[in-house]
Amino acid sequence: MNPEFIHTLHELLPQIQGYIYPNEIEIHWGLLIVVYPYITGVVAGAFILASLVKVFNVKEVQPLYRLSLLTALAYLLVAPMALVAHLGHPERFYEILLTPQTSSAMAMFGFVYAWYLMAVLLLEIWFVHRTDMIAWAEQETGVMRFIHRTLALFSRDTGERAVAFDHKALKVITIVGIPSAFLLHGYVGFIFGSIKANPWWSSVLIPIVFLFSAIVSGIALVILLYMVITPLTGGKISMKCVDKAVDFLFYAVIVDFSLELVDFIHRVYQSEEEIKILSEMVMNKLFASLIIVQVLLGMLVPLTLISLTKIFWRRFHLNEDLRKMVYFIAVILIQFGIFATRWNVVIGGQMFSKSFRGLTTYKMEFGGIEGLLFSIALLALPIVILAVLTKILPPWEEMHSQPDSEGVEVAGS
Amino acid sequence: MGKFFERFPDPLARLIVVVLALAVVGVVVVFGLIPESMMDVKAQWADAVKREEARPIKYAGFHACAECHEELYDTKKKGYHRDLSCETCHGAAKAHTEDPDKVKPEIPAQRAFCPQCHAYNPSRPRGFPMINPVAHNPLKACASCHNPHDPKPPTTPKECSACHGEIARMKAVSHHVQLACTKCHDVPQRHKVSPRSVRPSKPQTREFCGKCHGKDATDKMAKNAPKIDLAQHGEKYVCWQCHYPHSPEVEQ
Amino acid sequence: MNGRRTFLRGFVSVLLSGGAIGGILEILPSKADAREVPPKGQKWYGFGVSVDKCIGCARCMEACKNENNVPREPFFFRTWVERYITRKNGTTVVKAIGPNEEQLQEAASDKSILRSFFVPKLCNQCASPPCVQVCPVGATFQTKDGVVLVNEKTCIGCRYCIQACPYGARYLHPVTHTADKCTFCYHRISHGLLPACVEVCPTQARVFGDLNAAASPMSRFLRMNKIHVLKPGLNTEPKVYYASLDGEVR
Repeated sequence: MNPEFIHTLHELLPQIQGYIYPNEIEIHWGLLIVVYPYITGVVAGAFILASLVKVFNVKEVQPLYRLSLLTALAYLLVAPMALVAHLGHPERFYEILLTPQTSSAMAMFGFVYAWYLMAVLLLEIWFVHRTDMIAWAEQETGVMRFIHRTLALFSRDTGERAVAFDHKALKVITIVGIPSAFLLHGYVGFIFGSIKANPWWSSVLIPIVFLFSAIVSGIALVILLYMVITPLTGGKISMKCVDKAVDFLFYAVIVDFSLELVDFIHRVYQSEEEIKILSEMVMNKLFASLIIVQVLLGMLVPLTLISLTKIFWRRFHLNEDLRKMVYFIAVILIQFGIFATRWNVVIGGQMFSKSFRGLTTYKMEFGGIEGLLFSIALLALPIVILAVLTKILPPWEEMHSQPDSEGVEVAGS
Repeated sequence: MGKFFERFPDPLARLIVVVLALAVVGVVVVFGLIPESMMDVKAQWADAVKREEARPIKYAGFHACAECHEELYDTKKKGYHRDLSCETCHGAAKAHTEDPDKVKPEIPAQRAFCPQCHAYNPSRPRGFPMINPVAHNPLKACASCHNPHDPKPPTTPKECSACHGEIARMKAVSHHVQLACTKCHDVPQRHKVSPRSVRPSKPQTREFCGKCHGKDATDKMAKNAPKIDLAQHGEKYVCWQCHYPHSPEVEQ
Repeated sequence: MNGRRTFLRGFVSVLLSGGAIGGILEILPSKADAREVPPKGQKWYGFGVSVDKCIGCARCMEACKNENNVPREPFFFRTWVERYITRKNGTTVVKAIGPNEEQLQEAASDKSILRSFFVPKLCNQCASPPCVQVCPVGATFQTKDGVVLVNEKTCIGCRYCIQACPYGARYLHPVTHTADKCTFCYHRISHGLLPACVEVCPTQARVFGDLNAAASPMSRFLRMNKIHVLKPGLNTEPKVYYASLDGEVR
């Protein structure tokens, strides 16, 4: 038994308010389980953004296409790490593949859709880059040449038939990928939403809210990455692209906010037994993370900022730098807001007792696998992976391109 | 083989090869490398049940002590502690049954032990014998007056509060403080010795309470008691359907 | 136009192939669910708790930790006892007790107590267990005699079952890092003994037995009392039955 762990629990004892079942003092799903839905949310959101280009032919956001795909892949690779690290027995994770229980959302949905989306993402990235990899391999030597030739599956065919197939396959894969991206994050919501024991989680709306907040965070993150990486790699930010992407972000935030508002109104109106302890929890324990960060800073402020750029269109249209700054602030705030959303759902759901009579506290560790440092590393890791991916599959030509509103085709589509 | 793949566009053909290769690897791993038992959840359950059943037993059980300690067991069977296991007080004794000379269960003689059950606590059920461990014969061991295997009070309790602590305490701070329990309840002597075999009586009529609380009450003790008109006050009901006699509440 | 049609086709096909299959598999009863009535002669264990008899001595808590090697720290319990005090002003206060708690010598405040009692709690060994439903690896399962066990060799410690239990009966064992809970002392009952808590209870507030048996303390308990279960609205079909359970108990 870890004496430090027991010591932490002893410290929690005086912080209990009211009555909790004795076993509830330990908060079981901590920071790692907050990080996981945040990361998979970005995957879903980034993929949806990529689909906007391919399926709905929104040419203005073309510069974001490859970036979104690579971002989605980078985050998808890190997501299972958070889960496996959290297990009491990480070395037994394979049990979920050998004897999965058909009634468990964690077993069935998790792996079906994670692997599904992995397959879809990998296929899409492959088809997008196949002809490019062939071209690059011809110009390179040594390791990079070998990497590109292997990744292209030693293909050398750039003929019309092959390229036409590439395009067709891309379209189909993206279409098929959209619902699987929806389901990837919808299932995370279902994992919480299906727990009848927990009234903070048990709700039909949770999978939908999770999904839309995922879309919001993904789109916002890709915009953020684009706005940071493009100038850093010697390109010019295309305001047409960013404006259009922010439009979609705006719609997504409105839907997300409305859904959360509906959930809130519904709970308060129905006023079931648990409303007393839940209100107490929100006003006492979750005030900062919910009211301030999630709602005010994460949703209302960005919504207002973006609305302002639309209402005072003339002023913002002329001043590009002002617009960039407003967007930048908005997308950063949104990241914090969505992370806070995950926090409030996961940690909030465990801070109140199922006896409805008490509250406990989450003590976040600093070191160790459940600690802040490890989670920060996990959140930074996808950026590192993205850097590696951009070295192997550089998206610069597309990212630095400047589409105009007539939808001029640019390289790579 | 090459001819077969020529039907497909180049990228598709290569993907098919990769997928087929992965499928073959998958089949080999799943059906060849992984042992059956790891994929059979029912076998795992059966194993788990076996392991669970084989766990060591610490408490011997209600009847285990009778085999050697027959006399004591028979004594216990007659007293108030007949429903207790020996192990309730003496702790886990399986090890003792296996090696009686080496391992001895505890004999809890300290004063702090019996109050774990018998200390006064308002949440304990009515009629359960409770004492105030501080005030009740301080410094004397419980066993010096009460045989733990046939616990009886050394003398028949004179006060009902010996067992009915909660009621006595409540009455003691109520308007009925000066009323003895026997004022309203007829207590057969046998009740103090064998409480469950015969119960005290309870008043049956409104007129009983009227003896003190009726307009024309004559009882000496009732001089200052609140008076009501028996014919009208709460006519449908008997008094204790509204008022709790051990702590009678009155609307202000 | 074409894009939209292909989209719809793709969407529907994915839904049918991926989403629907996953969804249907979700609602299939897991192999571990034993919702059918067990055949005659098959034991089906249940438990009875008489709230009116419990004196809150906590000997059951001590015996359970002793018998089952549960860590002694006050954060891990297979069974515990709650104390309820409802005062005349309508407030109810609940506390989990330990052995030899500072027994409240509240002679004066006794007056404000309207009702007060102890409620023993333990795993309800539900007939329709939500914990079994959510276990991703099938580590927790229901035996054919109705006891829910955890296979500590395959449990991966994901803690989903702990979240799914409405009664707070489960905890993560700090040494094995697997989920743990009351097993009705399966190692005792399979050898004809009583669970440790039932064994040491001085007032017979806890009763254990085969729900299918014709004549037993369990069948008498079920006949002579008005029976309640905890959180019946969640439809977990608990097999721990409470007599004289007060409405304040959750």
